[in-house]
Amino acid sequence: MAAGKALRMQYYAAFREAVGRSEEELSSAAATAAELYDEVALRHGFSFDRSILRVVVNHVIVPWTAEVHDGDTVVFLAPFAGG
Amino acid sequence: MRDFELFELTSNPLDVSELAGSLSDSHAGAFVSFEGRVRDTNDSRAVIGLEYEAYPALCLAEGTTIVREALEGVIAARCVHRIGRLAVGDVGVWVGVIAGHREEAFRAGRFIIDEVKLRVPIWKKEHYRDGSSAWIGLSDQRAAGRSPSQTIESSRS
Repeated sequence: MAAGKALRMQYYAAFREAVGRSEEELSSAAATAAELYDEVALRHGFSFDRSILRVVVNHVIVPWTAEVHDGDTVVFLAPFAGG
Repeated sequence: MRDFELFELTSNPLDVSELAGSLSDSHAGAFVSFEGRVRDTNDSRAVIGLEYEAYPALCLAEGTTIVREALEGVIAARCVHRIGRLAVGDVGVWVGVIAGHREEAFRAGRFIIDEVKLRVPIWKKEHYRDGSSAWIGLSDQRAAGRSPSQTIESSRS
């Protein structure tokens, strides 16, 4: 079995509260950002509707179908509410 | 040479007269500003305060891009957004534009606040008079059956 990818997760706002910390490193077998989201949501017990969320990999917003690679930094974005 | 960033985040209260004073030019016939203030109600719930949280790297990049896009046809523009705890009446976001004439200044100011709300990764947690609080815009599916609210409910401890 292949070793998991080492990923750095950063959490903001509702995600930070749901996870209980602002970042963590984890090992994941997820191929895509969507798979990673499902894995992290299961691990931390949240179930926000992914269709209203976006994902950032290495500081760039990417589609949920984007691949994640060893060493990537990933951030899930809730709908923005500034202003 | 301007001595401010086009877009900034700050955890300090906004001094709107100082901000207005930073936009000064002898060619400017118009100055337009917008203040977004904390309101005491939302969705018919009594709000006592809120907190803004930003994803700083993306926020500064996108906010700066927006203000730069708005600069076409105006002399200068800037936007400052608060993060952290705010009370009712506090200014959460300030936009200022100077231009030769009012039309361009209004247009650029409107563009900046509209785009900031859409494109800048900032989140808002409202605190209510009844002691509860909620992140705006995100609902947890598990809570959907328990609460008609569009937001996550959590008790404040």
